[in-house]
Amino acid sequence: MKKYSPLIAIAMLLLVPFVGLSSYVMHILILVIMWSVIGMSWNLLGGYCGQVSFGHAAFFGMGAYTAGIFYYNVGISAWWGLPLSVVIVAAFSLVFGFIVLRLRGSYFVLATLAIGEVLRVTAENLQDFTRGDLGIMVQERTWVGKTWYYYIVLAIAVFTFFLVKKVIASRLGYYFVAIREDPDAAESLGINTTLYKTIALCLSGVLTGLAGAFYTNYMGYIDPQVVFPLYDISIVTVMVVMIGGVATLWGPFVGAIIMVLFAEIIRSIPSLGEAHETFFGILLIFIIIFLPNGIVGDFKKLKRLAGIRGNS
Amino acid sequence: MLDVKNISMFFGGLAAISNVSFSVNKGEILALIGPNGAGKTTLFNVVNGFYKPSNGDIFFKGNKISSMKTHRICKLGIARTFQVVKPLQRMTVLDNVIASAFLRAANKTQAEEIALDILAFSGLYDDRQALSKALPLGKRKRLEIARALATQPAMLLLDESFAGLNPSELNESIEIIEKIKAKGITMMVIEHHMKVIMSISDRIVVLNYGQKIAEGSPLEIARDPLVIEAYLGDSSNA
Repeated sequence: MKKYSPLIAIAMLLLVPFVGLSSYVMHILILVIMWSVIGMSWNLLGGYCGQVSFGHAAFFGMGAYTAGIFYYNVGISAWWGLPLSVVIVAAFSLVFGFIVLRLRGSYFVLATLAIGEVLRVTAENLQDFTRGDLGIMVQERTWVGKTWYYYIVLAIAVFTFFLVKKVIASRLGYYFVAIREDPDAAESLGINTTLYKTIALCLSGVLTGLAGAFYTNYMGYIDPQVVFPLYDISIVTVMVVMIGGVATLWGPFVGAIIMVLFAEIIRSIPSLGEAHETFFGILLIFIIIFLPNGIVGDFKKLKRLAGIRGNS
Repeated sequence: MLDVKNISMFFGGLAAISNVSFSVNKGEILALIGPNGAGKTTLFNVVNGFYKPSNGDIFFKGNKISSMKTHRICKLGIARTFQVVKPLQRMTVLDNVIASAFLRAANKTQAEEIALDILAFSGLYDDRQALSKALPLGKRKRLEIARALATQPAMLLLDESFAGLNPSELNESIEIIEKIKAKGITMMVIEHHMKVIMSISDRIVVLNYGQKIAEGSPLEIARDPLVIEAYLGDSSNA
């Protein structure tokens, strides 16, 4: 049964557009799936390999801007951004990894935090290239409805899911976890820690970049504040995984559902909407104290807590 | 097999090891002993590639390894254990060993086979599904050895694999060491436990304040006045 659960989930997700949901609900679903992709890819680097990144907006924004810049400056369809972002983000990750992966622990975190901000400021100021704060608008929308966008992001998510699953069960997965648990021990067991950390960073970056390139096509408009923000992308990415469950296969998916819904609900409350970041902070504190392994990671504990409450 | 030639290691102005040379022959067990702070673990870290020696060279099977990265040295066939055990905590015992077996395995099935073999060999088979952080110290020390063995080394560096063990664990570990020796794996052992040293080692190198003060068979070392002085103090002050 457990073996087939991904297939059952995918089959159900494939049928969703036939239910005739409103375009708002479809939009929420698309965002949830997009965030699961970002969460899954962060999880590969931060959850399994233990290299916590607070700068995934760098990869997301770079993917988004690859689509945008090629569309705006070269004049090709923004959909070319998907394959092109793979190449560009991979190249960027290699260079970035070479520089920052020699840093350990919190120093690595700080470096990732910085790179997201550096790219945001760069995008704001390279106006000839990125149009700065004016942003890039994709004039012609490929589809009016949401259905095809939904299927495309679902395809990316399914691909990401099986890729992560495959990687985790392979030599790479063992090496990632070994590096997370003890880099010195890993190195002395013959694991080239620098190489494998770079692979984790590249995989994670490329998958996040894909989500970014999709975002440009889907939303039709990007600017530096939207795709490179520290808070709304980088931190939310970490939260999606922490809430769902670090180093679990389904955690990012659960986390994405909760974060997207939570954000929508809070933003729709008139006087509290502006303070949604505060509520995210409170949610995060709650998770860290009560469910440090996230909802999926602490599922048994969660059930027990619910059970105790039910009995008393 | 391993030639350590005029190795010195300075940390700032402090010489942790100064001008130490010795060789380890194929198939033997060489014990490295000395008082606390003599530089034994530092020497391991130099051989293992964690530190680059300030002076001198190390050759392993004719290859100069003293400027290589740790993982390359392991690939060449030197594996080690740590004095302060470093199990991959949130992995099961089996996964710990699989992770290192991958070094020479073509695929996961093969890595798992090697790992199960090694676990049976080192008496950890029944604990294979336990999380390694849940193991008692004696078994964690043995897991260190199992993990090092899974890289299929030609030479094993054991850093105080017997410290803190109770007598029955001690005997089990000695048995394992003898079984490893029977496989033809060369070993270099740091140990304080004199009973263990005297019973397993072929030759002993004694370090004190970073310098080699003696080298020889266990019997010779036990009679060496310099060694006695290093351990017990100068007789004239007694």
